[in-house]
Amino acid sequence: MAEIRLENVQKYFGAVHVIREVSLTVKDREFCVLLGPSGCGKTTTLRAIAGLEEVSEGRILINGKPVQNLHASDRDIAFVFQLYALYPHLTVFENLAFPLRATRIPDAEVRKSVTSVAESIGITHLLKLRPGALSGGDMQRVAIGRALVRRPKALLMDEPIGALDAKLREQMRTELKRLHLENGSTSIYVTHDQVEAMSLADTVVVMHDGVLQQVGSPSDVYLRPANLFVAQFIGSPVMNIADAQLRDEAGKASVLVHGAAFEVPREVLAAVSSRQVKDMALGIRPEGVLISHEETAGARSVSVHLIQPYGPFDIVDLNVGSQTLRARTPSGFASGKGQQVWARLDTTQAHFFDKSSGVSLGLRLG
Amino acid sequence: MATVTSYGQRLGNRVAVGMIILALIVFLAPIAWIGATAFKPRNLATTVPPTIFFAPEVSPFVKLFTKRVQLKPNEKVDYESAPWWERIVLDGGERISRTGRGEVQLSGYPSRFLNSLIVAITSTFLAVAMGTITAYGFSRFKVKGEADWLFFILSTRMLPPVVVAIPMFLMYRAVGLNDTHLGLIILYTAFNVSFAVWLMKGFIDEIPREYEEAALVDGYTRMEAFFKIVLPEAATGIAATAVFCFITAWNEYAFALIMTNRRAQTAPPFIPSQVGSGLPDWTVIASGTALFLLPVAIFTFLLRNHLLRGMSFGAIRK
Repeated sequence: MAEIRLENVQKYFGAVHVIREVSLTVKDREFCVLLGPSGCGKTTTLRAIAGLEEVSEGRILINGKPVQNLHASDRDIAFVFQLYALYPHLTVFENLAFPLRATRIPDAEVRKSVTSVAESIGITHLLKLRPGALSGGDMQRVAIGRALVRRPKALLMDEPIGALDAKLREQMRTELKRLHLENGSTSIYVTHDQVEAMSLADTVVVMHDGVLQQVGSPSDVYLRPANLFVAQFIGSPVMNIADAQLRDEAGKASVLVHGAAFEVPREVLAAVSSRQVKDMALGIRPEGVLISHEETAGARSVSVHLIQPYGPFDIVDLNVGSQTLRARTPSGFASGKGQQVWARLDTTQAHFFDKSSGVSLGLRLG
Repeated sequence: MATVTSYGQRLGNRVAVGMIILALIVFLAPIAWIGATAFKPRNLATTVPPTIFFAPEVSPFVKLFTKRVQLKPNEKVDYESAPWWERIVLDGGERISRTGRGEVQLSGYPSRFLNSLIVAITSTFLAVAMGTITAYGFSRFKVKGEADWLFFILSTRMLPPVVVAIPMFLMYRAVGLNDTHLGLIILYTAFNVSFAVWLMKGFIDEIPREYEEAALVDGYTRMEAFFKIVLPEAATGIAATAVFCFITAWNEYAFALIMTNRRAQTAPPFIPSQVGSGLPDWTVIASGTALFLLPVAIFTFLLRNHLLRGMSFGAIRK
């Protein structure tokens, strides 16, 4: 078990700067998920930790010892690949035993370790088969088993369940979580799927263009996105982002969204003016747009533009000013296009960003 | 396989089958001739039309393995006291040469055959080994000017080898590699290695890097990963490459003819040299050729599963 630290890690592929000054600490026994769109540098970061990619600058420390110049084989880390990378010419048993055979471990002990890992991931009945005969889910179980069998300092996983179908993914997610709780190994997990990230992680690390955007617990990145990128990347359906101007009229503060004014508490005015922001963007998740059939305080009348049923809820696009605003409603709340409803913003769920830098103003209301 | 339904498709199918049968006849006829002639009595070997039904004999093989000389006009053969296998070759004015003590001498064929085996197997092993390692390097590491190097390697095949035969002969004579096994092995390895590099690169490119990377993080060195993972995974490619290299080395005629005469001579230049000694005995040549075909046939047969997979390699997405 180990703590992993990255200090100012930089990586260039030729002239392309793929990892930019990444510093990160993954605590012992922590499950850390690197999340980001494809090409954001998350896989390269993971491969650098494993030693499959050399870093151009910076240090990687495992338990305080710099390892950036060590070979992958000397780092005592296990890696699970997206496409399993099980050796087709070996049986499942030999695949699981392969990492153990790198060191001179007596055969009886190899057998014992393999059997116990196979039991914990539920593949004892498959030990004699070759990988070609397994289903995708079983192949990934074997791949994870192969990573665990050696009891490595850390477990690195590169989109390990990304190639599976949706149903199996959900099942494997639960299994991964259980395995982590049982083994407690320090884990770093790369994915572009925010649901995986949110459900598995102790810490979510959001990356974009080789830069760390935010490091925090799943609820942190969801409830307190550090910038516009995180705000839009995390959450489905996507957060509403709109240019916003604050107004102070007749003792009432309001925010102009797409040219339509919504009432906000007066304290916003003071808070924003103290930051001296030139242009501001307002972010609000669909569940922060509250609609009702009757007029309520601070609500304005809007018309329904489009309804997308999701099952447990509907996402309704509302015509607000010149654009639309997504709202989350109970299923069947809105009857159809053109219907008039009353909408207001739940300011406790509103996020304010500096539009030019994208950084959150860190305003929390209510 | 698609079900054949329409008339046009059925007709097309028959035409295709017909063409294949025709091609088979064209390709197999010489082999049938070799096989049949190797067991024919000498007087039936060159009849027109060819004799198809005959009592098979082993005399061609006995002649092949024994040294024969032409009888001088006043020489007589003690036909009565000769053993059976000598008697059957005492035809057409030939006899088996014997020393003064009555020993039969082995012909040059077995040692030429052995030379062929030594040279072909060693050069195939070397070419495939060097080709595999080189291809692995090109496939897995960033090599400066990779495309140029690969083109250079390929360019060694662009010249018909015979063009360099005379300079090679002079060089070999100067360094004493003439008529040596080593000389031929070097020559054939050089022919085949470029081919082996290109073929193996295709196969190794198809092996996902993740296999080795998995081995690397699991505590193996790059070399161990190469031997434990890449080689078994590349077995198909290695088999296919080995068969092609073996056939090339085994069948090579021109250089073997020029560079060797006795000690290291291989079977291809030896077999036709028998045409020149006395009247051409086609049955002996056919028996020599028939035996010569066997090793390639056996080698290819043993590796047939790998070869079939190798042929369709890359055509099927795994």
